[in-house]
Amino acid sequence: MFNASLKQLSDQLAEKKISSTELTTEFLKRIKQLNSEYNAFITVNEEMSLDQARSADQMIAAGQASALTGIPIAQKDIFCAKGWLTTCGSKMLSNFVSPYDAGVIERFNQVGAINIGKTNMDEFAMGSSNETSYYGLVKNPWDLSAVPGGSSGGAASAVAARLAPGATGTDTGGSIRQPAALCGISGIKPTYGLVSRYGMIAFASSLDQGGPMARSAEDLALMLNVMVGFDPRDSTSLQRKVEDYARDLQKPLSGLRIGLPKEYFAEGMSKDVECAIEKALDEYRKLGAETVEISLPNASLSIPVYYVLAPAEASSNLSRFDGVRYGHRAKSYSDLGDMYRKSRAEGFGPEVKRRILIGTYVLSHGYYDAYYIKAQKLRRLIAQDFTQAYQQCDIIMGPTTPTVAFNLGEKSGDPIQMYLSDIYTSAANLTGLPAMSIPVGFGNKNRPIGLHIIGNYFMEAQMLNVAHQYQQVTDWHLKSPV
Amino acid sequence: MQWEIVIGLEVHAQLSTRSKIFSGASTAYGAAPNTQACVIDLALPGVLPVLNKGAVERAIKLGLAVGAKINSPSIFARKNYFYPDLPKGYQISQFELPVVQGGSIRIQVNGIEKEIRLTRAHLEEDAGKSLHEDFHGMSGIDLNRAGTPLLEIVSEPDMRSSTEAVTYAKTLHSLVRWIGICDGNMQEGSFRCDANVSVRPLGSEKLGTRCEIKNLNSFRFLEKAIDFEARRQIEIIEEGGTIRQETRLYDANKDETRTMRTKEDANDYRYFPDPDLLPLEIPSMWIDQLKATLPELPEARRSRYISEFGLSAYDAGVLTSTRELADYFESTVKQLPAQAKLCANWIMGEISGQLNKEGIEITDCPVASIQLAALIARISDGTISGKAAKIVFESLWQGELNQDVDAIIETKGLKQISDGGAIEKLVDEVLAANAQQVADYRNGKEKAFNSLIGQIMKATQGKANPAHVNAILKKKLGG
Repeated sequence: MFNASLKQLSDQLAEKKISSTELTTEFLKRIKQLNSEYNAFITVNEEMSLDQARSADQMIAAGQASALTGIPIAQKDIFCAKGWLTTCGSKMLSNFVSPYDAGVIERFNQVGAINIGKTNMDEFAMGSSNETSYYGLVKNPWDLSAVPGGSSGGAASAVAARLAPGATGTDTGGSIRQPAALCGISGIKPTYGLVSRYGMIAFASSLDQGGPMARSAEDLALMLNVMVGFDPRDSTSLQRKVEDYARDLQKPLSGLRIGLPKEYFAEGMSKDVECAIEKALDEYRKLGAETVEISLPNASLSIPVYYVLAPAEASSNLSRFDGVRYGHRAKSYSDLGDMYRKSRAEGFGPEVKRRILIGTYVLSHGYYDAYYIKAQKLRRLIAQDFTQAYQQCDIIMGPTTPTVAFNLGEKSGDPIQMYLSDIYTSAANLTGLPAMSIPVGFGNKNRPIGLHIIGNYFMEAQMLNVAHQYQQVTDWHLKSPV
Repeated sequence: MQWEIVIGLEVHAQLSTRSKIFSGASTAYGAAPNTQACVIDLALPGVLPVLNKGAVERAIKLGLAVGAKINSPSIFARKNYFYPDLPKGYQISQFELPVVQGGSIRIQVNGIEKEIRLTRAHLEEDAGKSLHEDFHGMSGIDLNRAGTPLLEIVSEPDMRSSTEAVTYAKTLHSLVRWIGICDGNMQEGSFRCDANVSVRPLGSEKLGTRCEIKNLNSFRFLEKAIDFEARRQIEIIEEGGTIRQETRLYDANKDETRTMRTKEDANDYRYFPDPDLLPLEIPSMWIDQLKATLPELPEARRSRYISEFGLSAYDAGVLTSTRELADYFESTVKQLPAQAKLCANWIMGEISGQLNKEGIEITDCPVASIQLAALIARISDGTISGKAAKIVFESLWQGELNQDVDAIIETKGLKQISDGGAIEKLVDEVLAANAQQVADYRNGKEKAFNSLIGQIMKATQGKANPAHVNAILKKKLGG
């Protein structure tokens, strides 16, 4: 049952071979049994999950079921869910039970999906290894000495370890795709504005985007069908015609032009990763696609631009965590300023503090033009690179990460090295383009490797088609660490 | 040395929307603490702002009324600072590209018109309230006001006296109410002024160092605070000191301003465009639609009253001080187009006086404009005297006799005698009985004439039409 795909479970529920209550009970049991090994979940609430499962069974019985009705979904602890502890991986919110549902949670609830638990993550989504979580590090099911990636590390670990058939993630600089790659699963960050940010605790508002993580492209399509939709409570949410993201899965790929940025196939990519990517590209050529070399001349600027803009927005977004209305407040303090200082000093971990400091600095009087404004200008240049590239190709491919998963503790003392693990992914956030990662093999120490697929704006259905066709002729996505 | 005072004002006008600028919570005043603060106003994790269209419309209306440029796009920015009544740790405001840019307001001071230029007007949200009393050494936070829409209207330093500043503030106050964007209630904080005050030697071009005086919530305090502050600055300079740029608070009890914070401890607000809100695009069609809904503005009405009704600039100014008063005047004068001056006098005199006395607004005036017009018609057609008219007015105000003017005149016997024959007969009788005074008058004693008039009026219990009496008496004495 745990190795069944989300699609297969959905079919079994529809055929009434199993009930959601049974399915949910089994997954809860499995989480109870194995979570101590991976630490993928921060909160599990059997009662609430089973309540939802019973309602889902009623929906199914009443003939009101859709693809995700009754399916357990692991929710990243960045999404506010009514009645659930919602920590965002931080001590700061260790006592915050949300009184409301995020837009994404609401959409899952409406179709009768089950919230199977809240997944671990880097604190406030700041990290690439899930080592900054206040709730402890998460382990990579493929190798317990390796990081699962981050910030959606709990989600990736849970899906890879078969603790949930699907999970939500959020992606600000690669936080869905990088852990998906490192844990050998599939994940997609949709075009900015497709998935509501309402109730998704903000890290960097202009970059944050929620998306699904699952084992196959087909499963991602089913989840995306639920997650995407206009939300009037989010001013950056886009009002578009409803799409079925599964509609093009079966399309043949003949004639597809795959752009390979020469800047991505250069120094920095490790041999094992390069080898797996080349093999995947061969597979695509066999499927009828052609590859063309393209150039993204400003690609190398993505990380520096990202590490100005994301901390700038974060420094302001995290100001609300002041210990006044909710969240952590220091036990004793002498005055208001002392209360702020102590509450925030105690409530935030070192990586969050580092980014608040960087962000505060780049927005400060006298530095704003040199950093923030300059970075915004470069952001536009990076976007122009892609616009030009898409005149020569339909889709862009490359490695999701430069290396396979690194060891726990290996980079936690070196922020720059850590930041560089998002070197290929952050451009999609800066431009708002949709991007995904799918497993394409194993490298050093038998750790998974992800292929990065960047689509043009709103081309999610095409990207899922491209990923699905590959998964029809390969079985990397079916490999299980457990 | 002669000093010149230079003043610029920042006015925070609370916009009259029912809900807040970025959330659906109510803006109604006076609710129990924190009952009108939704998850967005409380800045719970994950919540996002959505701009209230009504707030933007009101800002555009002001822009149109003052002849300003409406920026499209305009940008919302975050002003970052920590304070317990600022839930997000930043205020959403506008920095570069405010919604309204430029424009001007004309004011009248001592019969002289002056133009005060506006720098800008931008949309922003209000903060909550910190309450430091009644909590046993702790502070209470009320977030009902957090997120209330404000339009900050910033003038150029174009005013040269506290009188000009107060006149500008009053004119603006009247304008925002006139166009229906703000209720102007100063007690409830719907219209708050900050004054930037500096002084310089008369004739100097260079501006002096300014101090900003915060939160002046009445026109009287505005005037007194500016006067105090200008005196303070002049004294310092005359004693050889220099002015330190700072923010000051006005203490009404002591009638003085005192330091709130100096420039050194001013915050670095780290303004940057709010990534949660897209640039605000205002299509010209929207502006045109709003333009069509704007009422005739006070300035236009003022000049129309002068040209169309022949009123003095002063009268026209008083009658257009609020839209309601102007509307009352117009609906009165509509029924008596030839008696505009008389209508103006009655409204500015009896009506305003009585309203003031009872502390009520023109909209609650017990005498409707149609009744006032009926009364004035009876004065102008000679049915009653001005003196009797005041008695009729009193009856109208008290709501007597169904407020029927003619019935009141009839019942109270206030009709004046305008019948020439009857008056002539009376005059003859009085002349016959007062031969001495007649002789005095003919000998050049002008006073005797008034005495004779008095006798005649007394004989008619004041009901004779004085103009008629006057004319007939003159004729008889001259003959």
